[in-house]
Amino acid sequence: MDRRAFLKTASLPCLAACAARNAAAAPAQNDAQFIVEARFYEKQPYKKIKCKLCPRECVIDDHERGYCGVRENRGGVYYTLVHSRLCTAHIDPIEKKPFFHFAPGTMAFSVATAGCNVNCKMCQNWEISQVRPEQVESMYVPPKRLAQAAADNHCFSIAYTYSEPVVFAEYVLDAAEAGRAAGIKSAVVTGGYIQDEPLRQLCKRVDAIKVDLKAFTERFYKEVVNGELKPVLNTIVAIHKLGIWNEIVYLVIPTLNDADQEFKGLARWVKTELGPDVPVHFSQFHPEYLLKNLPITPVATLERAKAICDAEGLHYVYIGNVPGHPAESTYCPKCRRVVVERAGYAIRGMHLKQGKCQFCQQTIPGLWEGSLHL
Amino acid sequence: MRPGASRRSLLRACLAGALSARAAVPAKSKVVIARDSMVRPPGSSLDSNRLLQLLDRAVRSVYDADSPSAAWKKIARPGETVGLKVNCLAGRGSASTSPVLVEAVCERLQQAGIRAQDIVVWDRLTADMEHAGYPVTGRKDRIRYLGNDSAGYENDLAIFGSVGSLLSRTLTQICDAVINLPVLKDHGIVGVTMALKNLFGAIHNPNKYHLNTGDPYVADVYMLPPIRQKVRLTIGEAITPQFEGGPSYMPQWAWPYNGVIVSRDPVALDSVGWQIIEQKRAEQGLPTLRHERREPVYIARAADSSHRIGTNDPAAIDRVEV
Repeated sequence: MDRRAFLKTASLPCLAACAARNAAAAPAQNDAQFIVEARFYEKQPYKKIKCKLCPRECVIDDHERGYCGVRENRGGVYYTLVHSRLCTAHIDPIEKKPFFHFAPGTMAFSVATAGCNVNCKMCQNWEISQVRPEQVESMYVPPKRLAQAAADNHCFSIAYTYSEPVVFAEYVLDAAEAGRAAGIKSAVVTGGYIQDEPLRQLCKRVDAIKVDLKAFTERFYKEVVNGELKPVLNTIVAIHKLGIWNEIVYLVIPTLNDADQEFKGLARWVKTELGPDVPVHFSQFHPEYLLKNLPITPVATLERAKAICDAEGLHYVYIGNVPGHPAESTYCPKCRRVVVERAGYAIRGMHLKQGKCQFCQQTIPGLWEGSLHL
Repeated sequence: MRPGASRRSLLRACLAGALSARAAVPAKSKVVIARDSMVRPPGSSLDSNRLLQLLDRAVRSVYDADSPSAAWKKIARPGETVGLKVNCLAGRGSASTSPVLVEAVCERLQQAGIRAQDIVVWDRLTADMEHAGYPVTGRKDRIRYLGNDSAGYENDLAIFGSVGSLLSRTLTQICDAVINLPVLKDHGIVGVTMALKNLFGAIHNPNKYHLNTGDPYVADVYMLPPIRQKVRLTIGEAITPQFEGGPSYMPQWAWPYNGVIVSRDPVALDSVGWQIIEQKRAEQGLPTLRHERREPVYIARAADSSHRIGTNDPAAIDRVEV
């Protein structure tokens, strides 16, 4: 969405531009309106604080910021600098997130602030995720106004996406609550690198969480992500146990995370820990940011990953970023017929009735309320 | 390479970079410590005249010059724009570069033929500079005070080893030469901070590079070509360094060292600074930084064969007290 469209459709006449690109200095902003005391941290002696939002547990001196770059210690009190500070906003099909079992065919009012708690070398959105909030143009959109903008634009949900919603958790919590009051669902797109308590708080307020599982080895997480695998796996299990709708995306990067045994390990772990019904999306990598030296993932590699997961018994394995591929559609695991037919982000056919396959009555897991009906 | 740059210009730029890097580090690295117990008399503020004399002694010695002005003329030529990279994160007080020291450097640069308008005092944020006591607005002498938040960052990533960062436009587009003016202090994550780490203020994402006690990130950031090619001298402030609790200012752990530490080799300078901090910690009965698992190993990294920014070999460092 461009600035004009956002300002017009969202009825936010006094806001600054959205979808800002990091480049020159952002114009002066009234920083005070974005600064709210963080909810997840511990005070330590000598005005230090320990952040309890993500497993990194940054210990931060006065005047300093955490790894995410959007939380700052000011005199021994820890603040988020990005509450209501949106640097981008778009209206996207929910399939773009991707969520395939969450109200297909609906639109998501998709927003982000600056910042991220990892630094993936393949990040597609590094110009907002790897910068500090003052380095991008932002607009002040408090929770109720966001919920209203989503409703005004006939969006089924608000999607917290593009950068890393974990680092703007306080805003997600408040906006999801405002959204719920306005009848708008909330969907989170995250790397899943979060501590248990903030995750539980999130799960009380949001309706769906998609986790970008970057790989299935600690080595990859250490070398490419600057994070850890185990806490992410714990997050996925916790989301599942808490009953929040969850899908998993795995970006397949040639030579780095595309080994058969890695796919097999992932498939077995998903089946054992989550069951066969959690959707897994294998997405095609495109050279970005610090990984421009690697090629686009061959479609054959994605098909191999899917075949391995299918063989291990997962029911909903998708191929992403390859528009028109048959594996974009949802198939009934019982009768094998297409129940949600997709072409890119578009829905071409819906053969579900009250969450069941129209042909054989098999229950297809997901949140189908509000879905597009053709 | 920027669009439109020819092969010839690229080769020329590479050669110039290699030559300047080579020229920046002599065979034996001289680190000069100048001290004066009366530069900050007890209970008083910095004595600007004594500080200027301290600075002159140190810079003269580094360049083996006959006079201060001869030394300063070796740092920059008239017509060049000289950036003074200060460290103001800790606000007003001893943990930030003293405005009095910067005034002294500005005075000497102007006497060496650098015009006031060609001097740029810079750091990450204009507000940090204001809090540290710099006259960001309202100066009459045309010296510029510029935060990266005003000047902005380059659009293209600069990459070396583990780092990928946008560089400050003050560094890349405004300055021909840089004098690095850090403060010697303990650092809770990377152990010690002075010359090398102060250039974190030239990138947009320093928060990403505090992992693993800053290794190899501190050394990798310094390898980014505009930094490597433009920093000509480091004047480390050690008037009231801090041996524990940094980088925030903690007066209970600061002590009057009353000195400046000057070198053309930032690695050697950091090595000496680390020794000073460790010596004070030992006097105070504190464990070594290694024992606290925050040994500044990035200093050795900066000296290794893939960086060669300078030397950390004590035998190759000529430590001089003047």
